[in-house]
Amino acid sequence: MRRIVIWLASTVTIVVLLFGYHTSTDKTSSAATASSTSGPTASAGSQPSSPPSSSSSGSSGEGSSKITTYTGSVAQTRWGPVQVKITVRSGKIIKVTVLQQPNGNQKDAEINSYALPILIDETVQTQSANIDMVSGATVTSEGYAQSLQGALDEAGI
Amino acid sequence: MSTATVQGSADGRIHRHVEHVMGMPISLALRGRHASSLAGREAWQTVINQLREVDLIFSTYREDSIINRLDRGELMIEECPPEVVEVLELGRQAEQVSDGAFSINLPPADGRHRLDPSGVVKGWAAQRASQFLAALDETDFCLSAGGDIVCHTALPDGAAWRIGIEDPHDPTSLIAMVPVRSGAVATSGTAHRGDHLLDPRTGQPPSGVASVSVIAESLTWADIDATAAYVQGRDAARWLQTRPIYGAFIVWADGTTTRLPTDLTSDHSTSEYTN
Repeated sequence: MRRIVIWLASTVTIVVLLFGYHTSTDKTSSAATASSTSGPTASAGSQPSSPPSSSSSGSSGEGSSKITTYTGSVAQTRWGPVQVKITVRSGKIIKVTVLQQPNGNQKDAEINSYALPILIDETVQTQSANIDMVSGATVTSEGYAQSLQGALDEAGI
Repeated sequence: MSTATVQGSADGRIHRHVEHVMGMPISLALRGRHASSLAGREAWQTVINQLREVDLIFSTYREDSIINRLDRGELMIEECPPEVVEVLELGRQAEQVSDGAFSINLPPADGRHRLDPSGVVKGWAAQRASQFLAALDETDFCLSAGGDIVCHTALPDGAAWRIGIEDPHDPTSLIAMVPVRSGAVATSGTAHRGDHLLDPRTGQPPSGVASVSVIAESLTWADIDATAAYVQGRDAARWLQTRPIYGAFIVWADGTTTRLPTDLTSDHSTSEYTN
């Protein structure tokens, strides 16, 4: 049972990352410009007949504390079709609901749990991203104090 | 943190350490059983001690380092510690697989090639030192040597470390994030040091590319591959497709980006995906 829970969690991670591309295109933030030109469309899954729909509790009040839910299109992952609904408040995902999930076999689940697919999420923003470590061109000790990694270590989180 | 994140081990709390060795910050994040235990602190100290020893051998900034004495002909290779042989062999392999884009013999600045294995040493040293952290049971670690990172989770299904990729055009912000459980992330570029990476074949800085990040099993080769790809400029992505890596992220000089493998949901990349 535990493995299944983990597997589901992994799946959700994957889909949230995929889904991130949709949300980034909805915004005019710098994250969208930072994305690769091929990113948003390439990750849209193979069923373009159901584009992501968004139901907002108000008009698109970005930056406010409004709660918005997004229902993703069905994404065809290598483990099968996945569809999620995410709830966003102030630009942060606060809840993820899996509406459709693949009923993959145990082997798939094991593959999934051992190694996360290398999913490079280009929608991160410095302030909102929950990051453990920063990879960048060689950081010297001189530049460290002003670096993102320095700030992370300082914060101690 | 979104609910999508897989649950962590133990209390999930991260304990951090920083020391400066080899002119760069070494940062450690630990979580799990030994995150704050004596064994955890001792392992960290062992990592730092070993990196300091490596610096004494390989620093090109120290006149009396073994590598400089070897370069000046004051030492024979047989008189050097085994680590020197290992690193020189890595450098030879790196030069071979990159067709000379990577070399530990720097282009002549004063009429003669200079031996400088720094491009091999950092990743190799951090990967090697991380063994002391990997020996901590039920403990996850994330070790960064100046922006090149080794990740490990004790449980194969533990929470992935979230590695932010620095924006080479604005090092105060991130351009991407990659979750890694066990593996390495290395980034090559010139954001902090100016044009210090030259193509050893031409002596010229590469063009068209701003940074290359490589995700691979070991930092030793992730670091080499990132550097070798970066030096190849516009050919970076093409060359990386020939390498046994998990993935890569390239930021081009014009701000556009390329991800390898291209996309999980697209058909052609599924077959490319080897992890």
